[in-house]
Amino acid sequence: MIDVRNVYKTFLTPHEVKALVDVTSKIDAGEVVVVIGPSGSGKSTFLRCLNQLETADSGHIFIDGIDILDPKTDINKVRAEVGMVFQSFNLFPHKSVFENVTLAQRVVRKRSKAESKEKAMRLLEKVGIQDKAAVYPDQLSGGQQQRVAIARALAMDPKVMLFDEPTSALDPEMIGEVLDVMKNLAREGMTMAVVTHEMGFAREVADNVIFMDAGAIVEVGTPDHFFKNPDHDRTKLFLSQIL
Amino acid sequence: MNDSLTQRLNKQRRSYQLSVLCFFMLLAGLIAGLYYATLQIDYVWRWYNVPKYFVYQQTIELKCDVEGDVTSTSLKDGVAVVKVKQGDDVSTYEGEAQEISVEPGDVVYPDDVLASGQYWKAGILILGLILTLKVSMIAIFFGIFIGLFGGLARISDNPALKWSAVTYIELIRGSPLLVQIFIWYFVLGTLINTLLTKYGFENGVPPLWFGVAALASFTGAYVAEIVRAGIQSIHRGQTEAARSLGMTYAQSMLHVILPQAMLRIIPPLAGQFISLIKDSSLLGIIAIRELTKATREVVTTSLQPFELWFVCALLYLILTFTFSMFLQYLERRALVQ
Repeated sequence: MIDVRNVYKTFLTPHEVKALVDVTSKIDAGEVVVVIGPSGSGKSTFLRCLNQLETADSGHIFIDGIDILDPKTDINKVRAEVGMVFQSFNLFPHKSVFENVTLAQRVVRKRSKAESKEKAMRLLEKVGIQDKAAVYPDQLSGGQQQRVAIARALAMDPKVMLFDEPTSALDPEMIGEVLDVMKNLAREGMTMAVVTHEMGFAREVADNVIFMDAGAIVEVGTPDHFFKNPDHDRTKLFLSQIL
Repeated sequence: MNDSLTQRLNKQRRSYQLSVLCFFMLLAGLIAGLYYATLQIDYVWRWYNVPKYFVYQQTIELKCDVEGDVTSTSLKDGVAVVKVKQGDDVSTYEGEAQEISVEPGDVVYPDDVLASGQYWKAGILILGLILTLKVSMIAIFFGIFIGLFGGLARISDNPALKWSAVTYIELIRGSPLLVQIFIWYFVLGTLINTLLTKYGFENGVPPLWFGVAALASFTGAYVAEIVRAGIQSIHRGQTEAARSLGMTYAQSMLHVILPQAMLRIIPPLAGQFISLIKDSSLLGIIAIRELTKATREVVTTSLQPFELWFVCALLYLILTFTFSMFLQYLERRALVQ
C-alpha cells in the first residue's frame, strides 16, 4: 500500500537539518505500523512526506502504486485517499462538528447533501460523539475534538490513515478514548501509520514497529521482538529511557 | 459591610467624579478660550447663515422676452406652458413652476414674470457630502477587490503574481497619496483622454473617475497587506488539515482560511476605510467638488471660515463615526455566527 524508497529530506531553514536520510520502508494493506523515536528523529517528517505536506528531496514514495513525487501526479487525488490526524486536531473552528465532517465530502468527493450527512452521522456515531454534531469545536474536550478529526478523515473513505502523535496534546484521561477509536479502526483492517509515544498501543496493535533516530530508520520489527529483544544498542538505550 | 471599606469606596467614587468634572471643565475652557480669542480679532459668528448651505429655497421664474398677448396657459405636473402671440409669431414658454402669474388675454412685456415657483434645493455642503460619500464608497468597493487579489497574490508562490503584488504595494505605500492623485489625473488622465479623443471618443473620462481610481488603488495596496496579515495569522495547521483532505489551494482558501481570516481582517479594514473617507478630501485639487472643496468654495463667498470649517469637520466626523459603528455591528454579527 505504501512503498517508500531511499527518501531524503533536508530542511534548510531556520538551519540545516537532515530530517530524513535514506528512508526505505513498506507498509502493506491492512497493516498497522507504529513509528517511534526520540523527538527530532524525523518520524513526523516521514509521515508528512507520505501525503506530501512535506515534499521529499529525492527518492520514491508510492501510495497504492502511484508515485506521489512524480510532478504529473495530482496530489489532491492522492491526499483524498490518505487520511491524516494531527497532534493539534486542526478542526475548522468556524464550522460545526457536522460541517467539519461533511465539508471535504461535499467539495472534494462532490457527494450530495443527504449522502454526506448520512456518512457523517454514521462516523460520528462510530467515534461516539453523534450527540455533539451541532456543536462547534471549541466547546469540545481535546479527546472529543480528536475523535471528530478522525471522523473527518474517515469520511473521505481513505485507503490509509496517518496519525501524527494523535494523543500528545491530550489530557491523560482522554488518551484512552482516542486510542480506543484507533484500535477499533485497526481491528477493522484499516492500513495505518501511527507516530506515537504510546508504547502500550504499539505493543497491542502494531504489526510492525519502526524505530527512527537522526532521520534514519534504525530498526524495524514486530512489537514482540522490538520491545523484548531489540537488535540495536540505540533502540535499547531509547527503550531503557522510556519504559 | 465595614466602615473602612465604605469609606474607601466613597473616596474612589469622589475621585472618579472629580476627574469627570476636570474633563468637562477642560473642554469648556478650550471652547471658551477659542471664543474669547475670536472676539479679540472682532470675528462675528453668524451661525444662522450656515443652514442655507445645507438646504435653501430657490425661486425659479419663467420670464417673457417679447411684447405680446398671452393666448393660452397651462400648468400640469409642475410644468407651466405659456404661449405668447406677437403679431403672427407665437412663442412658447415652458418651464418648472408652481403658479402661473398671467391669464390668457393679458398683454405682457419683456422681463415680465409668466410663472414662478419656490423649490427646496440641497445646498453645496450636502452636495459635497454626497459626492464624498459616493467617491469613498466606489473606492472602497474596488479597494476590497484589489486588496483581496493583491493579498492573495502577495502570498502566492508564483513569482509573476508575487512580484507584481510586492511592486504594486511598495510603490503605492511608498509615495504620498497627493502625488498619486496628480499622477492619475495629470499623467494617466491626460494619456487616456488624449488617446480616447484620438480614437473618436470625444467626451473622455471625467476627473471624478481618476480620483476614484487613485483612491481605490491607494486603498487596495493597504487592504492587500491587511488581507495578507489576516491570512497568515491563521494557523498553518488549518491549511494542512484542509489540504490533507484533498482540497485544492483554492478550495482550502475559500472554505477554510478566508472565512476565518475575515474576522481578523474586519477591524483593521474599518480603520483603513475611515482613512479613505478622510483622504478623499484631497480630491478637491483635481476639481472634484467633494466636501472639503465645497467648503472652501463656500468660505470664499461667505467669508465665514470659522463656522464652515468646523461644520466641515463635523460632517466628516459624522461620516466616519457612522461607518465605524456599522462595521462594529458587522463584526459583532460575524462573531455571533
